[in-house]
Amino acid sequence: MNGLEVVTSWYLILGALLFIIGGTGLLVRRNPLIMLMCVELMLNGVNLSFIAFADRFGDVHGQTVVLFVLVVAAAEVVVGLGLVVAVLRASPHATADDLSALKG
Amino acid sequence: MVEVAVFAVAAAACLVGAIGVVLSRNPVHAALMLVMTLFGIAVLFVAQEAHFIAAVQVIVYAGAIVVLFLFVIMLLGVDRAAELSLGALPAQRWTAAAFGLGGAAVLIWLVAAVDRLFKGAKSLALETAGAAGAGAGSDPTDYVADVSALARSLFSDYVYAFELTSLLLIVAVIGTVILARRSDGADGRRVGQHGADGRRVGQHGADAAMAGSSSEAGR
Repeated sequence: MNGLEVVTSWYLILGALLFIIGGTGLLVRRNPLIMLMCVELMLNGVNLSFIAFADRFGDVHGQTVVLFVLVVAAAEVVVGLGLVVAVLRASPHATADDLSALKG
Repeated sequence: MVEVAVFAVAAAACLVGAIGVVLSRNPVHAALMLVMTLFGIAVLFVAQEAHFIAAVQVIVYAGAIVVLFLFVIMLLGVDRAAELSLGALPAQRWTAAAFGLGGAAVLIWLVAAVDRLFKGAKSLALETAGAAGAGAGSDPTDYVADVSALARSLFSDYVYAFELTSLLLIVAVIGTVILARRSDGADGRRVGQHGADGRRVGQHGADAAMAGSSSEAGR
């Protein structure tokens, strides 16, 4: 304990950085698979913040919320990959712009 | 000191993996970088006494979601899509730069504000903890978020949300099966031919796929 110990703000900063990296990747990449992975990065940054706050305030509800985020992330990935398979099977080199075909 | 070392290593793994996801040209490499980030986050969860969440993180994310990504990559054979088309649209590039810098500034500022709040709240929390005695669950010093506390929270306070989660999963599974099913009707064959001859892929193929899927869903 000589002055340097892990504080909650470090986790919050790391979560914020992950969120920013994921969001930037979501904007710059055009491969739909990589965009979904970037969404996962953003969700994980938020999860890290939730766990950090749960640990800081001694409240287990933060962990419960993280469980829900995990479930919703799984559902989101399943539906997103279903859409990606449906589009990329027809045109293997489609980018996210070709998803505008979904407008009908 | 050990905690600081663990945090440093895990955070470095997280950040390297995240940057690798964004910058890698090969989707398979991006998925493996994502695994690195997820394992780093699981280590950080363990460091914050969230053992069950860490286990779930490894099982669900690394064990299910990333494997699903890899299955889709291999199924579609897009693992050689090598162009890293950064800045294909100038407006998008500027939007991304603005989001990155502005978002980083705002979030770091917010973290600094929260940090100040913590420093103010620490004395308050110690006072209330001393006044209220050993308040179970609200005292940060003997906080043990074991699985039973998590389950008590999940099945009492959040039980309706939990049930709605099962509904969400059912809807997602059914929707995905309908979306990704290789339809054996006339639409499906047409889509297959468009994809197979390799020339008229693109808008037509995607349109046909969408039409097939929507007609399937409408039935």
